Parts: sequence; C-alpha cells; structure tokens
Amino acid sequence: MQNLFFTSLLVLTGGSIISLIVQRDTKLSYVSSVFSMFGSLLALIFSIGALITQSTLTTTLPTSFPMFNISLHIDPLAAFFILIVSLIALPASLYGIGYMKQYAKEYNLGVFGFFYNIFLISLLLVITAHNALYFLFVWEIMSLSSLFLVIFENKKLQIIKSGFIYFIMTHAATAFILLSFLLLFQFTGSFDFETIKQHFASIPFVIQTIIFLCMIIGFGTKAGIVPFHIWLPWAHSAAPSHVSSLMSGVMIKIGIFMLFKMFLDILPQTPLWLGYVVLIIGAVSSILGVLYALSEHDIKRLPAYHSIENIGIILLGLGSGLIFIALKQPSLAMLAITAGLFHTLNHAVFKSLLFLGAGSVISQTHTRNIEEYGGLIKLMPYTAIFFLVGAVAISGLPPFNGFVSEWLTFQSLFSGIATSSILIKSIFIFGAACLTFTGGLAAACFVKAFGITFLARSRSIESEKATEVSPLLLISMGTLAVLCLTLGVFSFFVITNIQLIVKNLSLFSSKTSSLSSTGISLQVNQNVAHLNMPVIFLVMAVFIALSFGLVYIVSRKQKVVLRTVWDCGFNALSPKMEITATGFSRTLILIFRGIFQPSKQHEIEYVDADIRYFSKSKTVTLGIVNIYEAYLYYPLHNGLSIISKQIRKIQSGNVNQYLLYIFILLLGLLIFARY
Amino acid sequence: MSIFIIILKLILLPTLSPLCVGIVRKVKAYMQNRRGAGIFQPYYDLWKLFHKDEVIARDASWIFYLTPFLLFGLSILLPLGIPLLGSIESLSFFGDFIITIYLLATMTFFIALSGLDVGSAFGGFGSSREMTIAALTEGTLLFSFLPIALVTHTTNVILMATTASGLPFFNYLPFVIAFMGFFIALMAETGRIPFDNPSTHLELTMIHEAMILEYSGKRLALIEWANANKFIFFIILGVNLFFPWGLSTTANLSSLLFPFILVIVKATTLIVGVAILESSMAKLRLFRLPDLLLTGFIFCVISLITVTI
Repeated sequence: MQNLFFTSLLVLTGGSIISLIVQRDTKLSYVSSVFSMFGSLLALIFSIGALITQSTLTTTLPTSFPMFNISLHIDPLAAFFILIVSLIALPASLYGIGYMKQYAKEYNLGVFGFFYNIFLISLLLVITAHNALYFLFVWEIMSLSSLFLVIFENKKLQIIKSGFIYFIMTHAATAFILLSFLLLFQFTGSFDFETIKQHFASIPFVIQTIIFLCMIIGFGTKAGIVPFHIWLPWAHSAAPSHVSSLMSGVMIKIGIFMLFKMFLDILPQTPLWLGYVVLIIGAVSSILGVLYALSEHDIKRLPAYHSIENIGIILLGLGSGLIFIALKQPSLAMLAITAGLFHTLNHAVFKSLLFLGAGSVISQTHTRNIEEYGGLIKLMPYTAIFFLVGAVAISGLPPFNGFVSEWLTFQSLFSGIATSSILIKSIFIFGAACLTFTGGLAAACFVKAFGITFLARSRSIESEKATEVSPLLLISMGTLAVLCLTLGVFSFFVITNIQLIVKNLSLFSSKTSSLSSTGISLQVNQNVAHLNMPVIFLVMAVFIALSFGLVYIVSRKQKVVLRTVWDCGFNALSPKMEITATGFSRTLILIFRGIFQPSKQHEIEYVDADIRYFSKSKTVTLGIVNIYEAYLYYPLHNGLSIISKQIRKIQSGNVNQYLLYIFILLLGLLIFARY
Repeated sequence: MSIFIIILKLILLPTLSPLCVGIVRKVKAYMQNRRGAGIFQPYYDLWKLFHKDEVIARDASWIFYLTPFLLFGLSILLPLGIPLLGSIESLSFFGDFIITIYLLATMTFFIALSGLDVGSAFGGFGSSREMTIAALTEGTLLFSFLPIALVTHTTNVILMATTASGLPFFNYLPFVIAFMGFFIALMAETGRIPFDNPSTHLELTMIHEAMILEYSGKRLALIEWANANKFIFFIILGVNLFFPWGLSTTANLSSLLFPFILVIVKATTLIVGVAILESSMAKLRLFRLPDLLLTGFIFCVISLITVTI
C-alpha cells in the first residue's frame, strides 16, 4: 500500500530528471508528462485504496538534524486530498502534452517538465507532512516550483510582474505560518504535529489566539481568502492553462487542507470566535470573489476570481462546522464539514475543467480578452460543450456536482439559523444571504463568460480562424466534464465516503452525523430534507425528452427556415452590434457601485477645437476601482517605501560611521548580556 | 393513489396555465376600460404557433434550438415540488425548496444563453437584464421560504405547507411578512410590472421579450407556455405555502375535494390581485429594481427574525 505512494513519488522524480536530460530534443518533451500521468495515476490508486481501507499510514525517517524528521502521516483526510491532487493532475498532465507544443520553439520545455513534476511531488508531500519544519521545507518547494511554472513565459514583462506579486504574497503567507509554528514550538517544545496535538491545550489563551490568527492569514493567503487574494488572479492568468488548473484546482486547496487539518485534527476544540471568523471570511470572500469576477473580461482571470468565491463557499462549510463543534453539536458539525470537503472536491473538478477550456480557447485565438471571441461554439463544438458543463456546474445548477455541495452548505447554514443564540443566528443569516447572492451572481457571470465567448458571431479575425483543439486536450476536458456530472448524480456515494473520512477524525469518533444517506437518497435529519440526485437527474431527462416527444407529435410537419437575424431593416448586423462582456455586466456593476466605484471618462477630439461640433474621435474609458489595492495594498506599499527611504539615510558610505554603528551595537549587546 | 394525484397535478397545472395568463390579461383589459380578448385566447395563440413554420437565425447554435424544450420540460417538472391539495403529494426525493429555486435558475441560465446566441443587440441586452434581476431575486426568493422552514423544521415544501396549515392563527404573521418578500420575487421571476412588461416590445424596457425575440413557431409556443407554467407554479406556491389553510393532511380521497375548491379560489384571488397591481402601477426604471428586490429581501429577514426570536 505504502509502496504505491513511494513508487508514485519515484516516478515523478524520474519524470523531472528525464525532463532535464531530454531538454534539447523538443520532440521528446512529452516524456515527462507521461511520467507525471503515470505518477498521478499511481497516487490516485493509492488514495482510493487508502480511502477504502480507511487506514492511517505513518512513517518517520530520522535525519541528522535535530527537530527535523521526514515524518509522513496519511490519514483518510490526507488520502482524500491526495485523491483530489491526483484526480486533477492526471487529466492536466495529459492536457499538457498537447498544450505545451505551442511553446516548443520559444521556451525550454525540459525545465518546465522538471518544475512541473517537482510541483506534483511537493503537493503530495505537503499533504502527508507531519512535522512542522519538514512541512515548511516542502511547502516552500511547492511555492517555488509553482512560481517557476507561473513565470514560464518569462519573455513577457506582464508575466514576470505576476510572478513577482505571487512571490511576495506567498512568502508573506509563509512568514505567518512560520510564526505560528515557532509559537507552537515555544510552548510545546516540539515541531512534531503529534506532540503539538497532545500539548496544545496547555498553551495560554492569548498565544492560542495569535496562533489561530496567523494560521488563518498564512494558509488563507494560499487558499485565496479576501483580502489576501490579490496574487490569485495574477498568478492563475500568467501560468500555462493546465498549470492554472492545477494551481486553482489543487494548490489553493492545500491551504484549505491545512486549515481543515489544523482546526479539526491537530488543534481541536477550537474556540467559538474562530468559527465566526472563518464563516465571515468565507461569506465575504464568496460574495466579493464573484463580484470581481463579473467585472473581469480576461478568460483566465475570471475563473481565478471564481476560485476566491468557491474557497469562500468551502470556508462557509468549515466555519459553520467549527461553530457547531464549539456549540457541542457534533452531528451538525459533521454535516457542515462534509459540505466543505465535498465542495473542495467539486471545485477542483469544475475549476480545472474551466481553466483547461479557457486554455483551449486561448491556444486557438491567442488572446485572453473575451471581447475578441464569439461564435466559437460552431468552430470548437466539443470545447464549447465541456466549458458549458463547467459553467453550469460552477453556477451550482442541478444535476451537476456544484449544486449538491451548495445544497449541503445551505442545509448546514439553515441548521445554524435554527440555533438559539441571536449572535450566532445573525452570523448564519449573513452567511446564507451571501451564499444565495453568490449563486445568482455566479450564474450571471457564467452566462456572460460562456455567451460572449462561444455564442453569436466572431468579434475578431483571430476567433474566426479558430479550429477544434487536438484530441488529447479534448479527452482531458471530457474526462473532467463527465466527472462533473457523475459526482453530481452519484453524490450519495461520494458523500457516504466523505462522511467516513469525517467520522475518522478523533473529534467525531463514535458520533452520528445529521447527514445520512439511505440507498441513493441523502437525508438531513435536522431540517428533514431529502435529496435524491439520480432520480432528479432521471426526472429532468425524462421531462425534457417528453417535451421533445410532445412537440414532435403536434408539429412535426412544420418547416424550419434559416434566415439572417432581424436587423430592423438596416444592412446586415456586424459583430460590433453584439453585446459585449463590458455591456453585459455593466448593469450589475452600476448596481454594486458602492463596491466597484465605477468611473466613466470621455475623451473627444474635435476636428476644430474652437467649433466643438464635429468630433474626430471619441474614447470612452470605463473603469472600476479595486478597493483592496486602492485602500489596503497601495497605502501599505507606499508606507513601506517611505520607511525604507528613511532607513536608507543611515547608509552614508562613510567607513567611520559604520565603525560607530559597530561600536554602538557592541556596547548594546554587552549591556544586554550583562542584565 | 398518491401517484394518481401527482400525475393529475402534473397534467392539470400545465393545462390550466394559459388560462391564468388569459385571466390576467382580461382583468387588465377591464382595468383599462377595454373589453379584451377572451380568457381562452392564450390557448388559441399556442395552437396557432404550434402550426406555424419556423424562421431561425443562421447564427443560432444548438443552444438556441434546445432551450425551448429544456425550458418547457423543467417548467412542467416544477410542480412536483409544491403542494396542490395536501400531504398526499409528498415525495421524498423532490420538494426541497433549494432544488426548486435552482431549477428556476437553470431555466433562466439557458434562456439567457439563447438570448445571446443569435447575436442581435436586443437579445444580448435582454439577457444582461434578465441575469441581473435573476441574480438579485434568488436571495429574496430563497429567504422567503426560510421562516416557514424554520417554523416547520423541514425544507420540503409540501411538508412545510401541510405542517404550517395546522398552526394556530397568530403564527401566520411572519408568514404574511415573508409573503410580501415572496410576492416581490414572484413579480420579478414571472416578468410582471414593475419589473418587466409582458405585453411590450419597446427596446428600452423589455427584458424577457427581448431574449425571445428571435423565436417563432413551435419554439416560441413552448417558451410562452413554459412561462405560463412558471406563472401558475408561483401562484400555487404562493397561496399554498404562505396561506396553507385547508390543505388536506390525510390520504383520503374524499377529503381532497374541499382543498381543491379552496385552492382554486385562493389562486384566482392572487391572479386577480397580480393583474390589479400590474394595472395600478408603472414599470420601474431598471436601476430602481434592486431597491425593490432589496426591500423584499428585508421583509424576508424581518420575518425570519420574528420567527426565530
């Protein structure tokens, strides 16, 4: 069993080395992707095995450094996340074979393959790490290898800038994580998670609070919570599409995984306020994520903002779970945590599908601006269907998987509203309100994304020349699209297994969940609610087929004539007359003007400046203000610059002055050592 | 037995839905001092459309072709989740209000896509407006169910209604407040004044009609019919969930006659109410609509707080 996991790591290592060896020959660049596919397949089999047997594997390899053990710990929760990683890595690597060909002439694919495999290894290792120092080591490998994947197209200035933002944010996050681990070490005397788990209760309350907050900021930044999310749209849009799908589908889930692992397993019995904080962060992230997605016209930044939204939905589940734990209602907590875990899996699947779809479109049209697409459904029919499946799933529409996990999240939030305390009640009402508006706005956003990209007529010459992508790309997208439907329809099976994982946490041992599945039907006891996805799917299919049949009987004789669109009697409609993505979302942006602060700037150039009647050209610039950047990050950045400039003054270049510094320092140290 | 009642419901509601539209139009005509067409006119219209040839835009994709069928299929499926007569129709797999709302969202999603599909400016702006309103309505709609769900400890609409029908009279106050929120959502979802004017083709104001402008023949008939189905669905839901008096709680066939008469009376009242309200106010500006929807949402939250304190 365990050997399977190590074999998978070995295969991936082999892939990274071979990728470097064959880097001169671009024709052989697919070899490393084959290795990554094989490696992730092995990891997939391993994780399924581990989940079926519900076994916990623990191995410790001692090293010559004190405190630093290579300590592996694979409990069912970790196995579930290995499943997510490998489930996405498999199609993403397959996609990579076909997708990376376009870069062969310009960039070094060998180095890419190297970092890609290292990235996969680090993802697997981070999930299994059970020693804080070793964890930080592999965490850093994960951050750095993904950074090199982000800046793969290093000849573009924009991409280097994106990479830099990612670099800064990810290391700021690591600093907070480091701080929390050092505090834990200070009070428990160990970096080993198992020891920390046993001694955590003895840590003073204030320190516990600091540790919790540091973890939320640190892991939350990696997960992409508001307001630490700013790296996410940059990094996800810069990386090659299958890397974006891995980063958005999988890597940000590592942050989520650590929050689950820390708050439910390592540091259990979290205080009530932590649940509030997580739930409110989740609610705010979900609503702001989707609002910013609405204003986005870049086909890769748009789903990146939706990742923030979905991380918010996952945290709504985790947050309500933590509140229920603190309220000593474990059965409801199990429902909420199951909802969070299931949405983690679902989001991984449909978000990677959307990124792969976006990648296919970009590879054909060579632009990321959706205003320049249009009519692609006729040129790229399969890509369109797969993207539509992803769009429907992420909007949470039945019978796809997104609906089921949102249903579970709603059920847990409703259970929270039914609690007695007015404060808890209002927080849950806030969460549920955010979730409903998120659902509606996500649907609006994906009508825009799919409609403007694939429907109507082409808006640019590039998009007219698009053709369907190669079968490799289609197979990997198709697999994920089928998964979206299967995870939705057979959700009862998946949820039963996720419940087992939750039950395995020591917090919930010998507790019964308020969510149960009888046969193919899900049942929530608290709210007396049922959901039977297979039957709902069947009923939907039957009724739609029925309407086909009835109409066929009534009006099969009537003809269908094809004509051009009604153009109000003028000449034929041009693509300029179609609605744009900007126009589509402008109404919503104006409605939420408090958040977006939209601006409109007219620039008119007149033929004769004195007689302002005939304009030569007109420009309208529509803008929105990014409130985090404007009110949080720019002031922070400016403040840092000012302080740095002040500090620079002590660097005079005069040797005598430096000697004075050394002397003062020495004196200070002596005094410090004496007292 | 209960299967029989459910099938009857599934056939009855789509059959009666054009009549509801006819009644609304007739009442509106009276209010405008016109005689108006007969209340059966929508049936003749559907019949006529089903027997006409279709003109479809060349740019249309399969989404445009498929949407009417999907819309109609889902619209005749919706009544599964709501009570017409009483607990006899209860289904354990269907009837959660979350899935009902998300099925409505699915319908909106696809009609908005088909509005974009042909690439005319009308369709695009119709879709944009429709999605804007739908996105803001969803919260109001979902929250209007929530107070009753909390009182009755279930999210199954049929159980909610039948449980609520046995409550003492004074417990209905929060229901009435929630109903005000629901009513605003109803007007928005079914495209009524002040949100949308179903009888106009003025490009500045139309929402729903703009999206379906390119449809003709049988597909137009299906969409019109699906909308009528949606309307009757909301009417029955409104009267039976928020005013659940007289719903039968037994599986006895003879006890179903009174609920049946009662639901017809209640539904007709609400339909006439909608028509009178539509005649007595003007369409609001698009940017005033969020305020109205937010008002509805606040009604629901007030009701929620009243229920839970």
